[in-house]
Amino acid sequence: MNRLQQLFRDKKDICSVYFTAGYPNIDDTLPVLKALEDAGTDLVELGMPFSDPLADGPTIQASSEQALENGMSIKRLFEQIKDMRQTISMPVVLMGYFNPVFKYGIENFIAKCKEVGVDGLILPDLPFDEYREKYLELFEEAGIANIFLITPQTSDERIKLIDANSNGFIYVVSSASVTGAKKEVEQGQINYFNRVNNIGLQSPRLIGFGISNRSTFKTACQHASGAIIGSAFVKLIGEHGAEGSKIEEFIKSIK
Amino acid sequence: MSTRNKYQADENGMYGQFGGAYIPEMLYPNIENLKAVYEDIIGSAAFQQEYKSLLKDYVGRPSPLYLAKRLSEKYQTNIYLKREDLNHTGAHKINNTVGQILIAKHMGKERIIAETGAGQHGVASATACALMGLKCVVYMGEVDIKRQAPNVARMKMLGAEVKAATSGSRTLKDATNEALRDWICNPEDTFYLIGSVVGPHPYPDMVARLQAVISEEIKQQISEKTNKDYPDYVIACVGGGSNAAGSFYHFLDDERVKLVAVEASGMGVDSGETAATIALGDMGIIHGSKTYLMQSDDGQITEPYSISAGLDYPGIGPQHAHLFDTNRAQFLSATDKEALDAALQLTQLEGIIPALESSHALAALDKMTFSENDSVVITLSGRGDKDMATYMERFGF
Repeated sequence: MNRLQQLFRDKKDICSVYFTAGYPNIDDTLPVLKALEDAGTDLVELGMPFSDPLADGPTIQASSEQALENGMSIKRLFEQIKDMRQTISMPVVLMGYFNPVFKYGIENFIAKCKEVGVDGLILPDLPFDEYREKYLELFEEAGIANIFLITPQTSDERIKLIDANSNGFIYVVSSASVTGAKKEVEQGQINYFNRVNNIGLQSPRLIGFGISNRSTFKTACQHASGAIIGSAFVKLIGEHGAEGSKIEEFIKSIK
Repeated sequence: MSTRNKYQADENGMYGQFGGAYIPEMLYPNIENLKAVYEDIIGSAAFQQEYKSLLKDYVGRPSPLYLAKRLSEKYQTNIYLKREDLNHTGAHKINNTVGQILIAKHMGKERIIAETGAGQHGVASATACALMGLKCVVYMGEVDIKRQAPNVARMKMLGAEVKAATSGSRTLKDATNEALRDWICNPEDTFYLIGSVVGPHPYPDMVARLQAVISEEIKQQISEKTNKDYPDYVIACVGGGSNAAGSFYHFLDDERVKLVAVEASGMGVDSGETAATIALGDMGIIHGSKTYLMQSDDGQITEPYSISAGLDYPGIGPQHAHLFDTNRAQFLSATDKEALDAALQLTQLEGIIPALESSHALAALDKMTFSENDSVVITLSGRGDKDMATYMERFGF
């Protein structure tokens, strides 16, 4: 049983955090990761910055831009996290756009993920069909979960197809929006969460986009295994860097 | 409607190894929805009738195919200019926006979003929206808004809202990202009107079909003006590549016609200040499409440079990438200087001030050799009014 499977078996109300690698300072990646683990975070999505993050709102865009200005790259990221498994035991998933991974070389990328102990990948613009035809085997052999997104506009039929090809969890995008856009959970979103829950999926789900505080986190947890906080946390480290006490305070304020 | 051939997109929008739809799930239903209807709409009698009538009476088509005698004399051949510069709004862009607006209306969409670099596609979009009474939002890089004040004013006068893209390099690619973000947030009522043969499938194919009227007319006109029913060469500039795609469309299967695409190499292909995507030849994914693009070793998309804002795009349409890979089209590049020289030459030999984009196609004349019996068609994609500030500065008028 891998780290992701174990997490979803043992825990509910999973508190998952996204942050951009190399932000606010290039070498903050590992200290932030460590502070998150110490604060009781259950899972981390580590963002690989990209020049053209078209599914992201202003906060994550700005963090990506800053990280790239800092000199962040995939190569540098793998250097930063090469020994992370000596100190980090929670699952870590890399999240980013497909082009830098394609440029790095997918085989090399997957091999590197396995080597450093990355548990899964979220590549929102890698088409589902292309993954299934070209890369599924590669991911499965390496034991790397590929995590897909679904949205309120995704049909039941497609959700089932995605579920059948998922081996980590499904990322439930909470509304038709880019990251960071909403402040509270609305009735229409609850209806959508209920629709998804009634399909009878095998994969666990985490809800993300617009989850920013205890209230939105708790509401999301009623409808999934847990939730993902992104922009709100990126804002925090933008102000306070990798400061452990601030990160602990933040996670405590959510859970 | 033409049938698919080996140079056209397959049902997944692939041109050989290029194209496709590399989009996040949030855009998937929008794209699927458009993919399901666009061919039927374009093929329908109602669409064709309305589209053709607007092209004729509103855009002013067919655009002339003009035998440029003095230019021909200089190059000892027969050069025909396809006068897209004479269209309403001054460029080929309007062929596409009028067509997509009709598709949007057929789909029941009420709000149009568009991206623009120099503002030409933005103006053409705002024009079509004014014509149809639809709400129009144009995304434009903050840097471009400052550089292109007259076009910003035109869009506003036409009733469009111009929104500044303030992220990244604040130019065309970032305006495209902003438009895509808007579409993610407004999937139900909004139609994204892309200005070139770029973006996720079905955009490259849809835009090419709407620009295909250029080659349809060339074919007709060349047979009226010469003793052959095909030209020996068709030459067009490429940034994203919509005027080239339209100029080539009906000749793709006719291997007698040599197709020539001219990229903008800015200060030179190896200068680091260039937009010659094919010449640099690095494959990747940009704005939902697999194609050649300009990127760093880490896969970050880099900012292109050209004196011509319309060619200043770090990618190229996937069909062009495929035409390059299969050797169906020859790809050349012209520098800022060569384009400026070609602009001045055309102006003084023929009394036509071309757009800087089109001047890159004209610059190919000095890079090729023709026989005296050849008929050489060059697409003059736009007129030079918008470039007068650059011409004044560079030529000191």
